[in-house]
Amino acid sequence: MPIRDDVVVIGGGLAGSMAALSAAESGAGVRLISHKKSTLRQASGLIDVLGAVDGDAPIADPFAALDRLPEEHPYRVVGAEGIREGLRRFDDVVGDRYLGSHTDRNALVPTHGGTIKPTARYPVSVAPGLASAAEDTLLVGFRGLTDFDPVAAAAHLEAAGVPFDVDGAVVEFPIQFRDDARTTRFAKAIDEDQEDVRDRLAGTVAAGIDGHDRVGFPAMLGDDHGTAVREYLEDRLGVAVFQIPTGPPSLLGMQLEDQLIDALERAEVRLSTGNPAVGYEAEDGRLTAVTVDRRGQEVPYHATEFVLATGGLVGKGIDSDRESVSEPLFGCHVPHPEDRYEWSESEAFGDHAFARFGVVPDDDLRPTDADSAVHFPNLRAAGGVLGGADVAREKSAAGVSIATGTYAGRRAGEEVAQ
Amino acid sequence: MSNAPSVLVIGGGSTGCGIVRDLAMRGLDVTLVEKGNLTHGTTGRMHGLLHSGGRYAVSDQSSARECIAENRVLRRIATHCVEMTGGLFVQRPEDTDEYFERKLEGCRECGIPAEVLSAEEAREIEPHLAADIERAIRVPDGAVDPFRLCVANAADAVDHGARVETHAEVTDVLVEDGEVVGVEVEHAAGEGPFVHGEAGEREEIYADHVINATGAWAGQIGEMAGVDVAVRPSKGVMTIMNVRQVDTVINRCKPKGDADIVVPHETTCILGTTDVEVDDPEDYPEEGWEVDLMIDTLSELVPMLSEARTIRSFWGVRPLYEPPEVGSDDPTDITRDFFLLDHDDRDDLPGLTSIVGGKLTTYRLMAERIADHVCDRLGVDAECRTAEEPLPGSEDFSVLRDWMDEFGLRSPVGRRSAERLGSRIDEVIGEWDGPNPTVCECEAVTRAEIHDAIDGAGSELNAVRLRTRASMGNCQGAFCCHRMANELVPEYDEAVARDALDDLYQERWTGERHALWGQQLSQAMLKHLLHATTMNRDADPAASDEPVDFGAFDAGPGTVSTADDGRESGVTTDDAVADGGTSGGSDADS
Repeated sequence: MPIRDDVVVIGGGLAGSMAALSAAESGAGVRLISHKKSTLRQASGLIDVLGAVDGDAPIADPFAALDRLPEEHPYRVVGAEGIREGLRRFDDVVGDRYLGSHTDRNALVPTHGGTIKPTARYPVSVAPGLASAAEDTLLVGFRGLTDFDPVAAAAHLEAAGVPFDVDGAVVEFPIQFRDDARTTRFAKAIDEDQEDVRDRLAGTVAAGIDGHDRVGFPAMLGDDHGTAVREYLEDRLGVAVFQIPTGPPSLLGMQLEDQLIDALERAEVRLSTGNPAVGYEAEDGRLTAVTVDRRGQEVPYHATEFVLATGGLVGKGIDSDRESVSEPLFGCHVPHPEDRYEWSESEAFGDHAFARFGVVPDDDLRPTDADSAVHFPNLRAAGGVLGGADVAREKSAAGVSIATGTYAGRRAGEEVAQ
Repeated sequence: MSNAPSVLVIGGGSTGCGIVRDLAMRGLDVTLVEKGNLTHGTTGRMHGLLHSGGRYAVSDQSSARECIAENRVLRRIATHCVEMTGGLFVQRPEDTDEYFERKLEGCRECGIPAEVLSAEEAREIEPHLAADIERAIRVPDGAVDPFRLCVANAADAVDHGARVETHAEVTDVLVEDGEVVGVEVEHAAGEGPFVHGEAGEREEIYADHVINATGAWAGQIGEMAGVDVAVRPSKGVMTIMNVRQVDTVINRCKPKGDADIVVPHETTCILGTTDVEVDDPEDYPEEGWEVDLMIDTLSELVPMLSEARTIRSFWGVRPLYEPPEVGSDDPTDITRDFFLLDHDDRDDLPGLTSIVGGKLTTYRLMAERIADHVCDRLGVDAECRTAEEPLPGSEDFSVLRDWMDEFGLRSPVGRRSAERLGSRIDEVIGEWDGPNPTVCECEAVTRAEIHDAIDGAGSELNAVRLRTRASMGNCQGAFCCHRMANELVPEYDEAVARDALDDLYQERWTGERHALWGQQLSQAMLKHLLHATTMNRDADPAASDEPVDFGAFDAGPGTVSTADDGRESGVTTDDAVADGGTSGGSDADS
C-alpha cells in the first residue's frame, strides 16, 4: 500500500511547519517529513520581519521598508499581505505566548551580546525587557556562565544610548554544578525548583534591586513552568522579570519548536521524522513522490503538491563544494559566482553572496531553472532554501520563513482543492 | 639600573624570543621590541613541524644535522610545546626507488634515526594512507606549538630581567657617528602589561648593540640603518583540517615539491605548502588555487583529505636568504640555513647584527650563535645555558595525573589544559578561585586559562587566542569570541572589550574565508546568523554615531512610548488597527 497524501512538506523548521499548517487549513491531507532536529534550537526564538535595509538600522516599521528590498527578495513574491497572513497564522500557533501583534512597529529587544535587536514578535517572557520601554533595568547573570555577562551587556546597552539606566550584577547560582554545566542544566533546576532554587535565587537577587524597575536574566528561567517561575520571581522581587534571548542551546527556540509540533498535531498533520529525504520520482514533468531513506530502504511518499522547506546553508537545504553550490534534493538551480572567492567579502559582516544563496522562485514560489522555467509545477519552496534575502543582516530570517511557508502551504492546499 | 651591557632585539618571533631569553640568562640587560603580537610575523604562520632533519637529509645535510640535534634539545627543554608524533616519508608508485634510498642513506649519514616500513607496516601506523603507497621511512618528526614556544621564551626572559615590548614598531634605527646606538619605536593601541607607552607615543631606546631578528622584514630594518639586507621573502600556504586525519607527520618521499607534507597539530592537521617568491612580506596574493593544490595533491597520500572539512587557510612568508653571489632563480633552491650578518664587518656599521634565514626547529641554536657573537663583540664572557634549562611550563611535565578529580574538569578538558600549560597547570588552574567553565568548547579552554592569558597579554584577544587556542577550533569563534570578550570585563572597559572582540572576529573570518564550502560554509553561515542576527553585532547602535529613536519602536502592548521631542510615535493597542497593524492575534488559541 503506497504512502499517499495531498501535500508533502519536506523540512520541519519554522517554514516547513508553517507550510504544513497552512496547507492543512485548506482541508488537504498533509505530511511533514523532517530528518534532524530543526535549527530552531540555534535561533533566538524572536520573530524578526525586517530590521535593517542597506545599512539603515534599526528599522522601526518593517512594512514601510519593504519596497527598498531588492527585486529578487522572497518578500517581493508574497508582498506585505503575504507577510501579514504569515504573521496572523503564527499568532494563531503561539496564542498568548508571544506579543507584538498589536502593532506594525518593531520592538527593540536586548540581546545576550548587549546590543539591541529590532523584532516583530517576542515571547511574553521577553516583553518586560524591551529596550524600547524606558524603565531602569538590572541585568543578572551567573558566575558559572560564559555566554552572557551582565556587566558587559549593561555597559554595552548604555553605549547604545538606551533611554534608561542599566546595571549588571554577577551572582552565584544557588546550586553548584560541574564547571562546564550547560544553560539547560540551570534551566532544569529552576524549572523543577530543585533544592529550593527559586527561593534562594530570589533571595540572592533581591538585595540588588535597589530602585530598578525590572530585572533581566538570560533565557533559562524554567521550561514547562516558565510562567510560574517568572510570576514567583516578580512577586518576590516586586519588579517585572524578563528573559534575554541567547544563542544555542536556545530555550526560547526550543520552546517555539514545541509549540509548532503541538500545532501540527492539533492540525492532524502526519509527521515522519528521523529519516532523510534523498530523492524523488517524477512523471510527465510533475513531481509524484519524494523518496525517504529508511535504514537503507528508499520509500516513496506520494502527493499531489510538494513544499521544499529544507533550510539554507545551516540546515543543509543548500549544499556546496569547492566548485559549486546546489540544492541537493531536487537539483534546483542555485545561482552563485563561479569563483568561490566571490562567495564572500573580506569584511566579516560584509555583504556576503553566500548569505543570499538559495533557489530562485517564480511569482508563485516555485523554484526555477537557470532559464527561468519552473522546475516542477507542483513544487514550491519556502524559508531558508529560498535565495535572494540576506536574512542575517536584514534581521528577517523568521519573517521570511513564516511568510513564504504560509504562502507556499496555502497555495499547495488550493491546488489540491481544485 | 643594571651596569650590564645592553642589547636591543628587534622581532618577537621564535628567533628574537630565543635571543632575548639567551642574553637575559647570560645576565645582559636586554629589551625586545615587536611591532605586533609575539609570533606576529613568520613564526605564527608556519605549519608547526618539528623537523627531524629528514626533510633536508638529501639536499642540505648541515641543516639536517642541526635539526636532529635541536629536535632532541627541544624535546628536553620545551616538552609542553612539543608533541612527538613521529613522521613518515611515504613513497608512491611514481616516486623513484633511487630517491628513497638516498633519503634513507642521508638520514643515516646525519644521525637521524630512520627505519624502513613496508606498506602494511606504514598503514598499521596510519590507516588512512593511500592503498597504493609502496613503503615508508620512519623518522622522529614532531609537532611544535610556535605560540607556546615563543611565549615561554619571552616569559622566561622577563623572569631574568628582560623587557619585552609588543605593539612597538620600529620607526627608525638611530645612527650616531657611524654607529648604531638604538631605535625609535612607536607604541600602538592595546591595553595590558606589555604596553608601557601610550598609543601613538614614540620612544627612543638606546643600546650597546642592536640585533635585527625580523626575518622577512630584515631588509626593511636594514634600510632604516642604511645597509642592504637582501632577504627574499617566499610565501607558502597552509590549510587546516577540522580533525587529525593522521597522527604522524606525513611527508612525500620525493625531491622538493609543493604540497608534500601533512602535520598533525593539536586537534587539526595542517597541509602544506607552496613556495613562491613575493616582493612584499606584508602584501601578496592569497589565492584559491593554492588551497586546491594542497587538497588535491595531498589526497594522493591520504585520500580522505579530498572530502574532508577544512576550517581555514593561512599564508606565511619565509625569510629566505642566500649570499648575494649564489643567485638562485627558484626559491625552493635557496638554503634553509641561517646567516649572521655582522654589519660592522660587512658594511662598516658597528652596533648592528642581522640574523636571516633559518627555521623554527633551530631557533635556539640560532639564538645561541648570535648571543655568542654579541657577547664576543661586547666583551662579555658568559656561557649559554638554553640547551639545558627547561622553559617555564616544561620543568616537571606530566599529563598522567588525573586532572578531572584534581580540578573538577571533565577528563578531556583537563587533559588538554595540562598539555597546553605543562607544569604551569597547578598555578593556572589549581589556584583559580571560583567556577571554571569551558569558554571555548572546540579546543577545551577554560576560564582560568583565558584569565592567565589576559594577565600575560592584556586586552588583546588575538594574543589570548595564541596563548590558549581558544577560537581556533571547528567553529572558528562562532560560539566563543564573545565569551572571550566577556572575560575582559570588568577589568577592562566594555568599549575595550568590544574592540577586542571585533578584532578577533575579523581575524578569524580572514582565514576562514579560504575554507568556505561544504560544512565549513554551513558553519560560517551559522556564525554569521548568531553574530549578526541573534546578537545584532553588525548593526550595533553602540558602534554608530546615529542615535536610535527609541520612541519610534514598540514598547509592548498597552504602552505609549514617546520620542525625546515629546512627539507620540509609539502606538497603543487601540491604535493597532488604525496603524495598519494586526489585531486579535490570540483568537484561535483562546
